[in-house]
Amino acid sequence: MTTKDTDFAIEGHGDISVGVHGAGASGDGSASATRITPGNALRPEDIALEISRGQVKPSEDVAEFALRIGDDGLILAQRLGHWISRAPELEEDIALGNIALDQLGHARSFLTYAGAAWGKSEDDLAYFRREHEFRSAHLFEQPNGDFAVTIARQFIVSFYQYELYTKLMESTDATLAAISAKAVKEVDYHRDHSAQWVLRLAGGTEESRERIIQGFKLVWPYVDELFEDDELTTRLAEASVAVQPSSLRAEFDRLTGEIMAEAELEIPGVPQSLGGGRRGKHSEFLGYILAEMQVLAREHPGASW
Amino acid sequence: MASQNLQSVPAELSPEEQEREAAGQAYFDRIISEDSRIEPRDWMPAAYRKTLLRQISQHAHSEIIGMQPEANWITRAPSLKRKSILMAKVQDEAGHGLYLYSAAETLGQSRDQMMEDLIAGKARYSSIFNYPTISWADMGAIGWLVDGAAICNQVPLCRASYGPYGRAMVRICKEESFHQRQGFEILLELANGTPAQKQMAQDAVNRWYAPSLMMFGPPDDDSPNSKQSMAWNIKRFSNDELRSRFVGMMVEQVRVLGLTLPDKDVRFNEETKKWEHGPLDWNEFKEVLAGRGPCNSQRVERRREAHENGAWVREAAVAYARKQAQKEHAA
Repeated sequence: MTTKDTDFAIEGHGDISVGVHGAGASGDGSASATRITPGNALRPEDIALEISRGQVKPSEDVAEFALRIGDDGLILAQRLGHWISRAPELEEDIALGNIALDQLGHARSFLTYAGAAWGKSEDDLAYFRREHEFRSAHLFEQPNGDFAVTIARQFIVSFYQYELYTKLMESTDATLAAISAKAVKEVDYHRDHSAQWVLRLAGGTEESRERIIQGFKLVWPYVDELFEDDELTTRLAEASVAVQPSSLRAEFDRLTGEIMAEAELEIPGVPQSLGGGRRGKHSEFLGYILAEMQVLAREHPGASW
Repeated sequence: MASQNLQSVPAELSPEEQEREAAGQAYFDRIISEDSRIEPRDWMPAAYRKTLLRQISQHAHSEIIGMQPEANWITRAPSLKRKSILMAKVQDEAGHGLYLYSAAETLGQSRDQMMEDLIAGKARYSSIFNYPTISWADMGAIGWLVDGAAICNQVPLCRASYGPYGRAMVRICKEESFHQRQGFEILLELANGTPAQKQMAQDAVNRWYAPSLMMFGPPDDDSPNSKQSMAWNIKRFSNDELRSRFVGMMVEQVRVLGLTLPDKDVRFNEETKKWEHGPLDWNEFKEVLAGRGPCNSQRVERRREAHENGAWVREAAVAYARKQAQKEHAA
């Protein structure tokens, strides 16, 4: 166990023995959505189990909020998954695949939890909602582009998610806190991966520098949307369930600014897009993403896989 | 020993070199006869090195090309749990490719060179990956049949006489058994699902059955390299022996699935105590091997495209590393 793991262990729940029983494919009850135990990572199945036992149920507001961040992860995983078998190096097939898997894992947990408010499963939410019912921000649906665009998008996402999940660990909602505590450790690696690549591409060849500059230009218009407050986040912040997205901005700017400065890159002076993803207003891209993701599940409604 | 027949000592060797060669050969022969392991720095016959390099690089290429038919369903997986498992599986295959390329590199060929050969169409990979994955059930059939056949082939390779290969196979086999189980589970779920799902599962088993049997390679009387590989303790069992074992396993498991194998001639021969199967279309096998399968050019093209599109990224990484090293040197 690393020191970092212990940072997130909640006092009194350091029962490592549960890991031994945790190998089953479905929830086994030895893990808890509201505690973090080393060696037994929180899984969506565990949350589903607690829901089915009536042990957890999010409020309408919490569910709406979980839906937002769950959709972010799901749509990004769908994008990143496309890289597997197409990356510039085998090591990157693995790395991007890993990031996609982490994002999907977080999405599954958040969607499972959100669904409990409406009697829906993670799959009901992923496969049987339409475009305007998705709550992801526009950044997550942006096309992969070349490797530089993907890295620029991931760089913004990772630094944003790191700040968000760090704050959510202190949420008064125990399930949001637990999911975030697991996610933040993974997102920390995503930050490192994308920051390393920003430095390499910016300081590599003339071509790679041109491409990362262009990559940032393409994705930067979608940064402001991530930090927009609205009525939901205001209510949740007042209840200490979440924080206002705007409160994450300073630290995001500082940390991304350090890497950008080291890479000798300018923050692109591009106009910010209006966004609207949190209200179900999306770009043209989402329809295609959903068409592909949902096609099989919708051919067989009610089927189990 | 058979290996010595393939070793002709070039005439221009000095007496000292000839002596070293002879001592090396004696050492090699002893290691093989003791069923022990050859390591990268040990002397080995040129033909042994060449055979291993061919086999390990083909195996690595198969892992890498084999990612494609399954990656084909990542974005369309019908549940988030299945999507997650499939992603992890395809990612494992990239990892297997990496171990195997590393094992092959210990024999003196660079990964770059092997990748070039693959893209240039000079290198082979398992023919089965030239068939298309046209339904979700193919993810189940590939896991159950294709990975199942791979396990039958690969478990004995954990004892291969070349150390790095054997050790790579130990880790790969562990992950492959997980892959086979998840494939079986996909089919089980489909077979117990709606009639359309069950039909989907049966259709996939029908299409992947014969190609998976052919993964063991040509019949023993038409497999020229097998004998030498067995003498070198690389290969432990003949193609037909492994194929028969595999059929026996599948016969048992298909019952649990509630599906059928598309082979009315499967039977247990009481005399030989071996499982037998119906005739296989070796002509089709050779056609696919020769590049005339449904997806041959598509698979190599995807690899070429990924490799070439990524060239600027690899160049950037090298250039950046060089600059950093210079900076450190100057400091």
